[in-house]
Amino acid sequence: MSEPIFLTIDDTVVSVEPEATILQAATRIGIRIPTMCYHKATTSCAICRLCVVEVEGSRALIPSCVASAGPGMVVHTRTARVERVRRTILEMLASSIDLSEAPELQAHMRDYSVDITRYSGCQRRCPPILDDNPMYIRDYAKCVLCWRCVQVCAEDAQYTYAINFSGRGFETLISTFYDRPIMESTCVFCGQCLGVCPTNALKPKREWLLEQGQSLDEIIETTRIEKRTCMSRLADPSSEPERKQP
Amino acid sequence: MENPDISLLAPVTAEYAPLGRTALLPALHAAQAIYGWLPQEVAAEIAAALGVPLVEVFGVIEFYKLFYPRPVRKTVDIICTDPVCAMAGAQEAYNVIARHYKPGALDVTVQRSPCLGLCEHAPTALVQEKQFGELHPRMDGALTDDIGLTPFGVPGGDLRLLTALCGKNRPTSLVEYRANGGYEALVKAFARPPEDLIAEVKASGLVGRGGAAFPTGAKWEGAYRANGQPKYVVCNGEEAEPGAFKDRVLMEEDPHRIIEGLAITAHAIGASKGYIFIRGEYPRAYQVMRAAVEEARSIFPVEIEVRRGAGAYICGEETALFEAIEGKRGFPRIKPPFPTTAGLFGKPTVISNVETLANIPLIITLGADGYRRYGTEKSPGPKLFCVSGDVMKPGLYEVPFGITLRHLIEDLAGGMRDGKGLQCVLMDGAAGAFASPDQLDVRLSFEDLRAAGLPLGSGVVTVLNETRDLRDVLVRLARFFADESCGKCTPCRIGTRRQYEILERLAAGQRRPGDLELLQDIGWTMTDASLCGLGQTAATALISALRLWPVLFSPTDGKEP
Ligand SMILES: Cc1cc2nc3c(=O)[nH]c(=O)nc-3n(C[C@H](O)[C@H](O)[C@H](O)COP(=O)(O)O)c2cc1C
Ligand code: SF4
Ligand code: SF4
Ligand code: FES
Repeated sequence: MSEPIFLTIDDTVVSVEPEATILQAATRIGIRIPTMCYHKATTSCAICRLCVVEVEGSRALIPSCVASAGPGMVVHTRTARVERVRRTILEMLASSIDLSEAPELQAHMRDYSVDITRYSGCQRRCPPILDDNPMYIRDYAKCVLCWRCVQVCAEDAQYTYAINFSGRGFETLISTFYDRPIMESTCVFCGQCLGVCPTNALKPKREWLLEQGQSLDEIIETTRIEKRTCMSRLADPSSEPERKQP
Repeated sequence: MENPDISLLAPVTAEYAPLGRTALLPALHAAQAIYGWLPQEVAAEIAAALGVPLVEVFGVIEFYKLFYPRPVRKTVDIICTDPVCAMAGAQEAYNVIARHYKPGALDVTVQRSPCLGLCEHAPTALVQEKQFGELHPRMDGALTDDIGLTPFGVPGGDLRLLTALCGKNRPTSLVEYRANGGYEALVKAFARPPEDLIAEVKASGLVGRGGAAFPTGAKWEGAYRANGQPKYVVCNGEEAEPGAFKDRVLMEEDPHRIIEGLAITAHAIGASKGYIFIRGEYPRAYQVMRAAVEEARSIFPVEIEVRRGAGAYICGEETALFEAIEGKRGFPRIKPPFPTTAGLFGKPTVISNVETLANIPLIITLGADGYRRYGTEKSPGPKLFCVSGDVMKPGLYEVPFGITLRHLIEDLAGGMRDGKGLQCVLMDGAAGAFASPDQLDVRLSFEDLRAAGLPLGSGVVTVLNETRDLRDVLVRLARFFADESCGKCTPCRIGTRRQYEILERLAAGQRRPGDLELLQDIGWTMTDASLCGLGQTAATALISALRLWPVLFSPTDGKEP
């Protein structure tokens, strides 16, 4: 066990093991830093940038979810600069994506007094809902591109490689191979992507049908038929598209 | 659509399958050369051959603008509409050609493109792997073989050290290069121990010419000392910064100088393999560099591979470039770790700009002291400037650091064109800042420009006359970033789009209260919180313009700010 290190976060001195991130160190003393892409089950990519903090002596803001705590570091988690960045990121997300079913982001938006009226008239991401399998629906109008589903589908858990990206920049979407239906992809319906999705962009089909006003009997009937086709495909590997392990 | 004939792909899969994933971009280029685009059956075949998950092959195809996952017509006509070409009439050329070839009508797909790096010959186009300058389409917009000129380099300036053998409208051969002392530095370097070479380059004061101005000697030392084998050296020839064309001229006209620089670097850090990565929009530079590497094999064992990008400015960012060589989407990595310890394939790597590498033989030949006779104390050596826009003689100018901006524009580039006055100079391209006419006497060195609050970057100097509409320039720069953002991190993915939308609206005169404050919020959020240099500089030109001309977007303002 290596020696603990000491750093200062918002005027409080904290001691952590040297491998700790700034985010972990802050959590240790009850300082809450908003996060979005970070998840304990996935490799941190530091892509949402909500968790940035100001570190004295450093020019740019630092993503606390990946940056290691350093000895003697002086960290400020809620300066005006940090607040402006977080508020603007949340506003920009809300200006393009449907966050109505993302409770954590909703809470952050209240916390940072987000005003999305400033962005009226800006283009939103509104691809159609994809209802192409008996297990889950994909509503990428709600997708914040946290990458977690792609990560658990690949090296972080399942090694299935059913989903990746189409497009780039603002046009990026989570996608199967040439946008083919999930049933024609390598998906094994493990459900891990649903478990890590923070915005309900991925949702169990039954839950969605219930919201659409279907009765339980109807739902069972709909999904039963779809599931049978799905199972027969899984049982018969020859009907499955080619799959490659790296 | 008919199924593509997969048997045509056999030679491609046979060639690239043994290399695995790193061969993905080359394999996709080769496949597209056969089919014109990349049908899913072809992508699946390549995925199986290289052992890459299907969906990741699709992800890669979708990332690079020059790969087509959907059918395109037989001829693809790519026209630059970024500021320099737009000022030379490219938008009108694009409009007339696009009108002639309405989508689906004839056998031509017309595509708008970011800067093609041929700015001294604006307006420019790329048609089926052929570069055109001084584009002059027929009135009716139909494409002809003489649509423009073949754009060669136009080198000039007070010095001709790096560009000594450029300007012949053709590449310099190995024989010519050697007749002019070429590869003598390499022979000298091979005879010296690495520590000695590292010390020499450190003493020369050379800093990278790719924009970040990091000391090259320090990189060498870092990679030399780093644990891990093999080690790599990579030449960054992406050069997609709007207004930049210096690396194109060096690669097309004096390729061996770059190879020599690369080989010396490899020897100094103990690298066993080198890569030269060239942007997809530079087909001629790619052909010339490949041929030169072949030629060089006749005199020393070269482990150098020449690679092509496929339409992604972000692949100029060093870690994104590594990802492209590794066969992935060009997403920049989080730093640290830095390339010198964990670069290409996770191994210690020195990545240098083309112009940086061209300086290396010179340093070995002259010695650090001799090299330092050029330039200033803090910015030693020669520097290439890419001058374009409203000057008499747009071109590539080699000068010692420390000459004034006025000397560059008025003496070397012949001053303003068409008798118009100077409005401003955009320094360092899209990621740069504006200099006003009262800053013409600033000396072009890192220290002087820093003091003046201007970037030197990679040496891009875009001159705008008094009639130019700066709002149009800013909208085009904003569109460039919105098109080129990789989409990995939130501030840049959404911020570049919002910045573009708001500027477009403002330029159309539809101003709303709070707009400027909103632009500042978005701009500073990108600057402060983006993951890589693209997002971090996507607002600098705008912020500098708003500082110089606060009334630029005010509703009462006329056409000329
Ligand atoms: C968005 C972006 C684009 C870049 N494009 C280029 C480029 O086209 N060519 C280049 O040499 N460096 C480019 N760079 C800088 C590289 O990351 C890197 O610093 C450089 O290749 C190192 O070489 P040098 O030390 O010789 O300058 C770019 C950086 C960023 C952030
Ligand atoms: S679908 Fe959900 S988990 Fe996947 S990237 Fe979008 S928000 Fe994240
Ligand atoms: S700053 Fe832009 S280009 Fe860089 S990682 Fe973020 S989205 Fe990609
Ligand atoms: S939580 Fe750190 S960048 Fe997303």
